[in-house]
Amino acid sequence: MLLIDCPYCGNRPEIEFTYGGQAHIARPTQPADYDDHQWTEFLYLRDNQRGLRAERWRHSHGCGRFFNALRDTTTDRFHGTYKVGEPRP
Amino acid sequence: MSTHRTQTGGRIDRTRKVSFRFDGRTYTGQVGDTLASALLANGVHLTARSFKYHRPRGILAAGSEEPNALVAVWRDAARYTPNLRATQVEIYEGLQAGSQNRWPALGFDIGRINDALSRFFPAGFYYKTFMWPRRAWKSLYEPMIRRAAGIGIAPTLPDPDRYAQRYAHCEVLIVGAGPAGIAAALAAAKGGGRVLLCDEQSELGGSLLSETRAQIDGQSAAQWLAQALAELAANPRVTLLSRTTAFGYFPHNLVGLVQRVSEHRETALPGQIRERLWQVRAQQVVLATGAIERPLVFPGNDRPGVMLADAARTYLNRYGVRAGTRAVLVTADDTAYQSALELAAAGVAIAAIVDVRDQPGAQQLAAAHSAGIEIFAAGTVLGTRGALRLRAARIGQRDATGAVHFRRSVVCDLLLMSGGFTPSVHLFSQSRGKLEWSEELQAFVPGAAAEATRCAGACRGVFGLSRVLEDGAALFAAQHYEVSEDGPTPGAGWLGTLPQPVDADVGKAFVDFQHDVSLKDILLATREGFHSIEHIKRFTTTGMATDQGKTSNLNALAIAAQRLQKPPVEVGLTTFRMPFTPTTFGSFAGASRGELFDPVRRTPTHEWAEARGAVFEPVSLWMRARYFPQEGEDMHLCVKRECLAVRSACGLFDASTLGKIEIVGPDAAEFLNRLYVNNWSNLAVGRCRYGILCRDDGFIYDDGVIARLAPDRFHVTTTTGGAARVLAMMEDYRQTEWTDLAVWLTSTTEQWAVIAVQGPRARRVVETVVQGADLSAAALPHMALTRGYVSCEDAPQIPAMVFRVSFTGELGFEINVPAGYGRAVWDQVFEAGQAHGIVPYGTETMHVLRAEKGYIIVGQDTDGTVTPDDAGLAWAIGKTKPDFVGKRSLQRPSMNDAIRKQLVGLFCLSCTAPLEEGAQIVDSRGQSVPMKLIGHVTSSYDSAVLGKPIALALIAGGRARIGQRLFVPMPGGEIEVEVTSPVFYDEKGVRLNG
Ligand SMILES: [Zn+2]
Repeated sequence: MLLIDCPYCGNRPEIEFTYGGQAHIARPTQPADYDDHQWTEFLYLRDNQRGLRAERWRHSHGCGRFFNALRDTTTDRFHGTYKVGEPRP
Repeated sequence: MSTHRTQTGGRIDRTRKVSFRFDGRTYTGQVGDTLASALLANGVHLTARSFKYHRPRGILAAGSEEPNALVAVWRDAARYTPNLRATQVEIYEGLQAGSQNRWPALGFDIGRINDALSRFFPAGFYYKTFMWPRRAWKSLYEPMIRRAAGIGIAPTLPDPDRYAQRYAHCEVLIVGAGPAGIAAALAAAKGGGRVLLCDEQSELGGSLLSETRAQIDGQSAAQWLAQALAELAANPRVTLLSRTTAFGYFPHNLVGLVQRVSEHRETALPGQIRERLWQVRAQQVVLATGAIERPLVFPGNDRPGVMLADAARTYLNRYGVRAGTRAVLVTADDTAYQSALELAAAGVAIAAIVDVRDQPGAQQLAAAHSAGIEIFAAGTVLGTRGALRLRAARIGQRDATGAVHFRRSVVCDLLLMSGGFTPSVHLFSQSRGKLEWSEELQAFVPGAAAEATRCAGACRGVFGLSRVLEDGAALFAAQHYEVSEDGPTPGAGWLGTLPQPVDADVGKAFVDFQHDVSLKDILLATREGFHSIEHIKRFTTTGMATDQGKTSNLNALAIAAQRLQKPPVEVGLTTFRMPFTPTTFGSFAGASRGELFDPVRRTPTHEWAEARGAVFEPVSLWMRARYFPQEGEDMHLCVKRECLAVRSACGLFDASTLGKIEIVGPDAAEFLNRLYVNNWSNLAVGRCRYGILCRDDGFIYDDGVIARLAPDRFHVTTTTGGAARVLAMMEDYRQTEWTDLAVWLTSTTEQWAVIAVQGPRARRVVETVVQGADLSAAALPHMALTRGYVSCEDAPQIPAMVFRVSFTGELGFEINVPAGYGRAVWDQVFEAGQAHGIVPYGTETMHVLRAEKGYIIVGQDTDGTVTPDDAGLAWAIGKTKPDFVGKRSLQRPSMNDAIRKQLVGLFCLSCTAPLEEGAQIVDSRGQSVPMKLIGHVTSSYDSAVLGKPIALALIAGGRARIGQRLFVPMPGGEIEVEVTSPVFYDEKGVRLNG
């Protein structure tokens, strides 16, 4: 079982966390300005890269906070976590 | 004492006899014996029938790598464990064990016919043979294969034993308590950290337990071991765990251990568990898991009496058992001479040593010569003879050209073999550490680690007692160990098949004993074009048995590599997976069984409902009363009575399971505006509104009534099952998208008991209970709320929020009181309702009543592809809002397509029973399969008040079809239905507003 470093609580076992998809995809502030193609892209299309990936996680059975994490999709290892709003390290 | 038992020596207790039963016969062993050693002491080698060909099999090994001697052990019908390795079963008085995979008896097994027919059962035969005729698969092939598949049988009764689970942390976890592990533990303990040392065997010591010659620092191995263990045991920071298998290596140095606590006892101590699962998180892990001797591959190498050389030495030195009377050793390694010489010294006649190598070690040769043992260099074994036990071995030799000639048949009842040693890299590989090919050892050894893992001793290819001890210690502090009689160290040994004449039949030269995979099968796989070991493994099933190929993987790899003329690394090594040895489900389940499997949430009126004989149903984790049957009522009659009572008088319903979220803050209304489809700015304080929550894809996610308690405070209700995920979604938007909003979310689901009183007489009942509130139609219209209080004996003023809401279509109130007072207030309402014909009702009646009104249940009438408009709820959308979650998606053209499935009602024209929920709908009679399906039934009930069945359905372009006749094809024929409005009862809402 992985240990995940919640930026608010520290290392906790992975069963306390919920995965939240790819990070740094902000919901458009003016969705009406998006055409159907752009909206579909925002809604459904996500990267599926090999290697380091920025993801959203939530410490759902702990502090309840969302945060971002860098995880290597080939090794399943976390390479750091950071708070919402902070730039990707 | 039996003839096979030595007079002295070994670690068994010779003063204490144990009698046990195997296949119905009673035998005697000694305390300290395993089932395998005790059977061998009685001259019993035949312990099993092989998986596929039902060939007689004996005991090959002395440890957990044993592939053949799988037995069942039982105490009673419920305590029955199949597929245990006899080499790991400790005997106790009265132990009952039996062989498997044979009928009617081990000595005479009908299944043996498969052996004679073996040429019809080559590798991959499942994939080819049963392809035709197709019809025969279900009736003939599948049942036949299922009957033949698997070894051993599962117990049919629930496991009555208890299992515990434990988490532990330590600085150093050491797996394997042989010389490397113990030396590592001694050195690690000096560092002061917490050290945990575990070993799968009954005693800690590993190879030291069968070491009789070597002296360590001037002491015998046994003395040194005792002293080392005493030192470790005296250290409070050290935990020693015997009978504890490290079965899995998980990320971040989490290692799973299973400790067998009471399995070895005749009876468990009072309160004692059977097994304990440890989850150990270690700062660093030391693997000292040793090495496994490799069998040699030659025809007849599976006959009972053929045994690994080191195993025979273990049986002799640790258990005082001579595994035979007259032995032949076939070896490719110097170390095995030790076994032959020690057996010879113990009185076993060594008929010959067949050394596969051209030039055996000089020292070993000399020692064997002086013991008077005949040696065949460049030798090989061409075959063995014997039915249920080995009688002779056929010895051959290579000449200078490499041609193999038969030399002699040697009578023997024990054939020892050694192909060298394979480091046990299972756990290292599980941890995702990289394996490297060692040319010198002709085996894989640990390379770069993926975790904080270090290996010591034979598991990383270090052999020889002094070097192994020093290797273990050096992980923490270098230390010199003085060892006499260190013995030879293993070299490359022999991989693959022994040299055979060109025309030899290699169908009975076994590579994987447990899955009956022979040399011939692997050669066939390469001929069929499989070039990767992963594919060869799946085609032949080599290495796929419960032993994961502990004794066979390298031979299979080498045979394939030689045939493909590639280096073994290019053919690859299969991945090792947990568990290292089979692990019980009980240990994984631990206490999570029966009532403790899942938490159960009960409402404040649970006991009341229970006492009235309510039938419950689980709704997410909640237990809800489904209906309250009276004498002689089935569910149908009961629900009918409950429905009519609500429609004509008054019903009482526990709605406490509704999800409740309080949304507070200056931006609370704006938050809801952005989230729900409705407009919230214009909702007055003290009023409620039915809200719909979509995801950004525009599909309905949840619904519920939302009340405005104050300008900056909303009371949101959600579906029972949706409470947690709705709050999670809200938190997601609050924390990550709309950080500009000042708003706070609190789950209040369990703070409030919700007592729903519904029906034409509901007001009169609620009025007598709730004080300080005006419940008149003028003061409290439909979708309004007020506050009052309820007085109880010991609580004069219980605060109450009364919502005038209805999920039944009747005049309705939901009284919210603090959950702790829920039962007291419920009792009062029920009491007050007696004068008005109040009837408690459950979720089933609730479902019928809401369906009569066309109220949807999210997840039943919607399925994640239903928009508000599809559900007929477009009226709820706040049209003037610039944005809300889902709005942009709802503007996509396809979301407004006229042929989208829409929610409608169905009247059944010809049937008396309700339609089947989930039934498909077509628009014409007599269609052939595949029919053109245009929708399906989502909800279906008998309506008591209408006197006929009703249904809700999602139908393509449904609203335009109202009035049309459609058809529901069922096995008994087509049912004709009429499409109607989904509101079946009181369409104008007169009753609701009463
Ligand atoms: Zn946290």
